[in-house]
Amino acid sequence: MVNKPIVIIGGRVIDPAQGIDRLADVLLKDGVVEAVTDAPGTAPDGYEVIDATGMVVAPGFIDIHTHLREPGLEHKETIATGTRAAAAGGFTTICAMPNTEPNQDNASTVEFVLRTGREQGVVRVTAIGAVTLERAGKQLVEMAELADAGVIGFSDDGNPVADPNIMRQALTYSQITGLPIINHCEEPSIAGAGLMQMGVIASHLGLTGVPSEAETVMVERDIALAELTGGRLHIAHLSTRRAVEAVRRSKERGLRVTAEATPHHVSITDAWVYGLGGATPNDGALSTVAYDTNTKVNPPLRTNDDVDAVVEGLADGTIDMIATDHAPHAATDKECTYQEAAHGISNIETAFGSCMVPVHAGALSLEGLIERMTAAPARFLGPTAGGKGLGSLKPGLPADVVVLDPTSEWAVDPSAFFSKGKNTPLAGTTLKGRVMITLYAGAIVHEADVTVE
Amino acid sequence: MARTRAATTTPERLRGQSGNTENETTQASPVAHRKPGEARPNQPPMFGGLSGSRRNVLDLDDFSKEEIEHILQSADGMNEVLSRDVRKTPTLRGKTILTLFFENSTRTRVSFEQAGKVLGADVINVSASASSVSKGESLLNTVRTLEAMKIDVLVMRHPHSGAPYYVASKIDAAVVNAGDGTHAHPTQSLLDLYTMRRHLGDIAGKKVTIIGDLHFSRVARSDVWGLRKMGAEVTVCGPPTLLPYGLRPGTEQADSAAFTGINVVDRVEEALEGADVVMALRIQQERQDSGNLPDLREYSKLYGINADRLALASPGALLMHPGPMNEGIEISSEVAHGAQAVIEEQVSNGVAIRMAVLYMLCARSRGGE
Repeated sequence: MVNKPIVIIGGRVIDPAQGIDRLADVLLKDGVVEAVTDAPGTAPDGYEVIDATGMVVAPGFIDIHTHLREPGLEHKETIATGTRAAAAGGFTTICAMPNTEPNQDNASTVEFVLRTGREQGVVRVTAIGAVTLERAGKQLVEMAELADAGVIGFSDDGNPVADPNIMRQALTYSQITGLPIINHCEEPSIAGAGLMQMGVIASHLGLTGVPSEAETVMVERDIALAELTGGRLHIAHLSTRRAVEAVRRSKERGLRVTAEATPHHVSITDAWVYGLGGATPNDGALSTVAYDTNTKVNPPLRTNDDVDAVVEGLADGTIDMIATDHAPHAATDKECTYQEAAHGISNIETAFGSCMVPVHAGALSLEGLIERMTAAPARFLGPTAGGKGLGSLKPGLPADVVVLDPTSEWAVDPSAFFSKGKNTPLAGTTLKGRVMITLYAGAIVHEADVTVE
Repeated sequence: MARTRAATTTPERLRGQSGNTENETTQASPVAHRKPGEARPNQPPMFGGLSGSRRNVLDLDDFSKEEIEHILQSADGMNEVLSRDVRKTPTLRGKTILTLFFENSTRTRVSFEQAGKVLGADVINVSASASSVSKGESLLNTVRTLEAMKIDVLVMRHPHSGAPYYVASKIDAAVVNAGDGTHAHPTQSLLDLYTMRRHLGDIAGKKVTIIGDLHFSRVARSDVWGLRKMGAEVTVCGPPTLLPYGLRPGTEQADSAAFTGINVVDRVEEALEGADVVMALRIQQERQDSGNLPDLREYSKLYGINADRLALASPGALLMHPGPMNEGIEISSEVAHGAQAVIEEQVSNGVAIRMAVLYMLCARSRGGE
């Protein structure tokens, strides 16, 4: 590392892994954390100074659920653009989901992703392998070989592992690797051709609804199978009240179950499909902004009650972590009817601002949120990525740091995204909470463009 | 078959209305041997009221009662044109109307085509099977290409709910929704309202009972909007699997403008009691296949409209159906062609209503010039 040492002075340092929440300086040297000192404002000689007065300084965020699209879908995103976007979102470690073309169901594709991440990535890239070949739900992948190649878990994300027996076998066999099975929990026979959350809004729009129970049924099934097998189960993008309750009960029984929630499922609802920033149209009269395809995501945007339940789950630890499910798409994938539109939201650059919605509403503490974006996903990854661990400012750990302004308001402008995916329903809305500086391995990889202010 | 019957029954009905119709016609004639938009002394409401700001007709949810009234009055004048020996006016001469149908339809497309042609517009019909859509071109590129050929009104049917909203947000031409997925079919609803008004006079306070598949019926959805705007008392009855979420038993009564003020009745006999209008909806075979229904036989037994059930409605109640009918399933042949049925009249009124809609939208585009 040839970077000059850096000291970040004057900020409120929040490092949940060490129980730190106080004004302190953070010293970074040779790509690792040197120290968190108690002498605010005293920069040692030879250090580049970042003044974080009034800001929050935290470990770089970790996202265990990122769609980087490369190889095969480079018109949507590449590892280079996706990692640059991640840096803008304050993330210093991201996990590439396997639904690429070819799938990450074989070691060579995984190795390609990891190598490209090292060579072109702006931040650290880890990878998730498929559970089954072609993510088709029929035959398990060579899990031991993929584990050797470096995957941090297995998921057929986008496709649930629908066959209960295959899920059972996966939860059993994966134990030779110690890695989790990450399931996209949605029972396909109940979800059917659903396009958005079932309810009055879907009825009003004439869009086929997905009932919440499509998630509940599969979450309950997977918890039962985790109990049967002793396997390690991680539930992706938990989004409904009943499923949160199911996970809570499973944890009370001591099962090896973890769960994540996305920034959109803690901040926006199915009303956003109306295209009015969450408002309901006057007297129910739709306008041509309705059917906003940028709100189409799987699992769908849920009700207010579900959002409350997910936030409660995050607050009490039922839901271990935030994971973005960043899903960039090309413009043409969303320039179409709602039914034709691809699922997914490009959200890694807006994740922190979205997650601050429940914080500003008083439903979640800032320290709690940062724990869910740093220490918790680091525990989930274990020593797999980086050897010594991640997600903390302990001396000797990689100097992955984010400087945040929790109260800065900014207008979301997708044209300014680093991600190729401009697909967000938040375009034009204002978020409160902003990533100001991201450092990866001791080097600045992102600085917010505040020149317009 | 339908035509023959229409020829024998429709004129009587129209004659039965002739007193009213003539009165209104003198005020509302669209037969203008004058330049479009040119003022004339006794400007009827349709000219005065409709050249306003409406750009598209996507559903009735954004119509006011007054606006619907204007269209219904305008349709009276259009019906007068249709009753002439020479059914042609130059009103929309030089205007181009494109019908773009991504789903098979005969009656609706022909109805729009005739409406445009009687008003003197050029009407171009494109069906998806014959278009570049089947070659994988996106909907957006298709409509942009067609618009580049200068069209004034795009009449569009699409199997996906919301498709015309998307298209309307992208092009300058006026868009008329001729049916989108399971969402809306506003001109069908307008012609239903028009048909009711011709027989019942004021629709306000009338009891209208809709029987059948309200979940998937875009006709019923638009009717429910239109009827409530006009002050009718709306009652719906159908299998619980085919009611919209907000009206389904066991679900919370919807706090949504889309579903308030609708009576949901479980038993068809109760729903029909005292009805002024009975509307039977088409039940589709695929509802049986998708598990929404055990079979059509049981549907017919529970919800089919026959003479015994129709007798529960008010004497002389109108029997309506958006077509095409499955006779013997949701409606018995006896009542479908009986004295109370106005089903073929709905079809002929459809032309007049679509003339009024096309006229309204073109008047607006003239106003913009």
